[in-house]
Amino acid sequence: MLTKSTHDIAAPFSRRGLLAATAGLMLGLASITGAKAVDDTIKVGVLHSLSGTMAISETTLKDTILFLIDEQNKKGGVLGKKLEAVVVDPASNWPLFAEKARELITKDKVSVVFGCWTSVSRKSVLPVFKELNNILFYPVQYEGEESERNVFYTGAAPNQQAIPAVDYLMKDEKVKRWVLAGTDYVYPRTTNKILEAYLKSKGVAQEDIMINYTPFGHSDWQTIVADIKKFGSAGKKTAVVSTINGDANVPFYKELGNQGIKATDIPVVAFSVGEEELAGIDTKPLLGHLAAWNYFQSIKDPENEKFIKAWQAYTKNPKRVTNDPMEAHVIGFDMWVKAVEKVKSTDPDKVIDALPGIEAKNLTGGTSKMLPNHHITKPVFIGEIKANGQFDVVWKTPGLVPGDAWSKELDGSKDLIGDWVEKKCGNYNTKTNKCLGSGS
Amino acid sequence: MLANLPARLRTLALSLFLIAFALPAAAGPFEDAVAKFANDDFSDTDAAIGVVASSGNPLAYPIISALKDGRLMADADSKKVYVTGTDGKSVDAATGEAVASVPASASAVRLNNRLRRSVDAALGGLTLLSPDVGTRIQAAQSVFKSHEESALPVVDNALAKETNRSAKTALSEARAAILLYKPDASEVDKLEAVATIKGRGDQEAMALLTGIGSDQPASVKAGAASAIASIQSSLAVWSGVQNAWYGLSLGSVLLLAAIGLAITFGVMGVINMAHGEMVMIGAYTTFVVQEVIRTRYPGLFDYSLLIAVPLAFLVAGAIGVLIERSIIRFLYGRPLETLLATWGLSLVLQQAVRTMFGPTNREVGNPSWMSGAFELGQITITYNRLWILVFTLAVFAILLAMLRYTALGLEMRAVTQNRRMAASMGIATSRVDALTFGLGSGIAGIAGVALSQIDNVSPNLGQSYIIDSFMVVVFGGVGNLWGTLVGAFTLGIANKFLEPVAGAVLGKIAILVLIILFIQKRPRGLFALKGRAVEA
Repeated sequence: MLTKSTHDIAAPFSRRGLLAATAGLMLGLASITGAKAVDDTIKVGVLHSLSGTMAISETTLKDTILFLIDEQNKKGGVLGKKLEAVVVDPASNWPLFAEKARELITKDKVSVVFGCWTSVSRKSVLPVFKELNNILFYPVQYEGEESERNVFYTGAAPNQQAIPAVDYLMKDEKVKRWVLAGTDYVYPRTTNKILEAYLKSKGVAQEDIMINYTPFGHSDWQTIVADIKKFGSAGKKTAVVSTINGDANVPFYKELGNQGIKATDIPVVAFSVGEEELAGIDTKPLLGHLAAWNYFQSIKDPENEKFIKAWQAYTKNPKRVTNDPMEAHVIGFDMWVKAVEKVKSTDPDKVIDALPGIEAKNLTGGTSKMLPNHHITKPVFIGEIKANGQFDVVWKTPGLVPGDAWSKELDGSKDLIGDWVEKKCGNYNTKTNKCLGSGS
Repeated sequence: MLANLPARLRTLALSLFLIAFALPAAAGPFEDAVAKFANDDFSDTDAAIGVVASSGNPLAYPIISALKDGRLMADADSKKVYVTGTDGKSVDAATGEAVASVPASASAVRLNNRLRRSVDAALGGLTLLSPDVGTRIQAAQSVFKSHEESALPVVDNALAKETNRSAKTALSEARAAILLYKPDASEVDKLEAVATIKGRGDQEAMALLTGIGSDQPASVKAGAASAIASIQSSLAVWSGVQNAWYGLSLGSVLLLAAIGLAITFGVMGVINMAHGEMVMIGAYTTFVVQEVIRTRYPGLFDYSLLIAVPLAFLVAGAIGVLIERSIIRFLYGRPLETLLATWGLSLVLQQAVRTMFGPTNREVGNPSWMSGAFELGQITITYNRLWILVFTLAVFAILLAMLRYTALGLEMRAVTQNRRMAASMGIATSRVDALTFGLGSGIAGIAGVALSQIDNVSPNLGQSYIIDSFMVVVFGGVGNLWGTLVGAFTLGIANKFLEPVAGAVLGKIAILVLIILFIQKRPRGLFALKGRAVEA
């Protein structure tokens, strides 16, 4: 085309020729720049709320992915191409999550998406990822009972957080009486159902379990804390297992501190309170209360120290904390990069097949592995809150715990497994040897 | 003399030999135990606490109290342990000799909850004879909690010496707790112990009585059961009182959040959906004030809230005036547009704060007079709730006085009762509108200062209060401040009596249903305005 138009220009001046030349030139340029955009970068979608209720937790994860992309690009990118982040804001609005996911995949043509925090947002984007066949890395501890082909769960399943924490309290603190307190939505309800079944299987009587739910953002904890105190005065060692989520934690812990419930009397072990959440509380009265996670910022490990340093330099804030879902993104991102490099393609089908078996270093001195059920192996740590808002690890599992997609404690799911390598099924019943399929 | 010499030499040789033999072992179980602190192993530390506490060594108390405060430093390499005093000087924990400095490789000995309990129990035994009465009572309390048999001789000794009455009670309760759990104590002693513990009458006493094993004599078991029953019935009465107190406290929070709205919505009739954001701005003002105080004038921290109150009023009030002048004054008489505009405004304000201060919670500390609690009978009253109640009533009284006795208050009432008549009397109605809206917003800002003490300081703070505030104002009767007061306390108390029965989620739903039913019956709320003002 270009040669032709040059020829035209060389020919006696004509209006038509000039037009054709310009058009051709422009077309050529367009195709060159277009090709450049498609060829030179791999797009990575970031689907975390930057406004609304969940912004408090999710903004950090958006920054984490930007940071990881930046680091990867410094190392030369992936497959010789630079990574490019496409950030959207689903604004803590669950239906908007699905819309934004569709936009990321169809309009921005991303190769992978890192995102979601609440289970309801994950459930809302699931059909989109299935329909458009893309990959979602989900970095938050959740209630389990799910294994999807297009989703990789890098946060903890209940057997990687809740069950070991209860075991610790039972063995080390000799706890006999349990308060299961949670916010009223799917994650606490399912987790508490699993825990209740587990506790009963360990011989805990019904009257020694108190289950309590509160609305989102509950701020008046006087009655419940007094109830906990009363429940704890039955002559048996009592502990609180807290699945209280988000904003409600600050007034809860303030009330505990003010009513003088010390960790030595009634310890509280939390599954949703990490370094970020503690940043808003004066932690001196909370000394000794517990949290169970797969990562703590205070863990002494060269990988971790390197990461914290780089992260604080990237955010230009020497006090910026790190937390468990961030580490999940670090592992997930690393696994995705390795899978892409293994198959030399960003095609979702190829990457999904390559991911199980991929190993990546976690930040606590171990190596996590992607399992056929799309969950990963993780160590479990129990940390005690220190006066400086960090955690002191008092217990950890001897090795890495593989994540169970389906809980072994619940009747409905104990025979199910997720296996996307051999069975190509997310809910395979090992008793009947049948795949339940997407109908269940 | 000479004949004696060999014998003496022999003794000398023997003792020299013994010294030489004993020295490398560093001598004594106390020193061995101290060295165990350096192992960084929880069960070793636990064992060491037990040995050190019962050693009778004068260093025991400094070591255990340093352990509790994280001042016991251990060097894992040299197995040396140091006590760093509160004055920053350090001694070797095994010998008590002063050392120039603790090696840099040493770190504080770590504790977990189990160890903290051991430390508390050990400290209890060690401080029973302390010269300070408060410390002695505290020590007796921790012995009561741990009720370890080994503490009995010390408790008996302390009880014999004790002269202070409340310390004596605490000590005899501690003694009773030990005896009750001592397997070989006589039945008479145990029955007496049950009676003493029953006298205490609180939840801890009940916990202790419920926890006795089944191997106790029948009479003791029966005595404990009747004691439990009597404690339970007295606690049941107290729990009614407690619910009422919690209700008052919740009511005061509701009132505080709603009182500003009672002016903008109740008196002016503006549906202000950005009211919650004014509360939030007040809370963030408190945060900024505390930040400045923390970095510049740390000594003033206890006064931070007193400084924040007028500032929050001014900041929120100024923003309120700005909103009224720029948006709301064009929308008077158009409630739907006002609702939408202020709703949008609330989102804008939230996102602005999120951009300025970040999406995460900001820490607002409690001044010392706002933290902790005291016991009133068998209920725990926390200082922050108490002060918020007092503060709310004060704000309410000041507001009421302002509306009644000041010129501005008179003008406000005149304008809201009959705008045209007020204008003809020479009142600048638009100026009064702006000031009234500013006043309502300013009071919301003050509410934010108080709420920062019990809730999150995050951009979403206001959202959680806006619904409740409207509920209170509508329930109490629009346009009537007293209605708001009664409405808030009624809702608070009803909520707190429902919560133990129905749970927090159902309780809230029940309250909403009750309000809907109530509004069906009395559309104008509890205290309806009557007469011509209603039509204005």
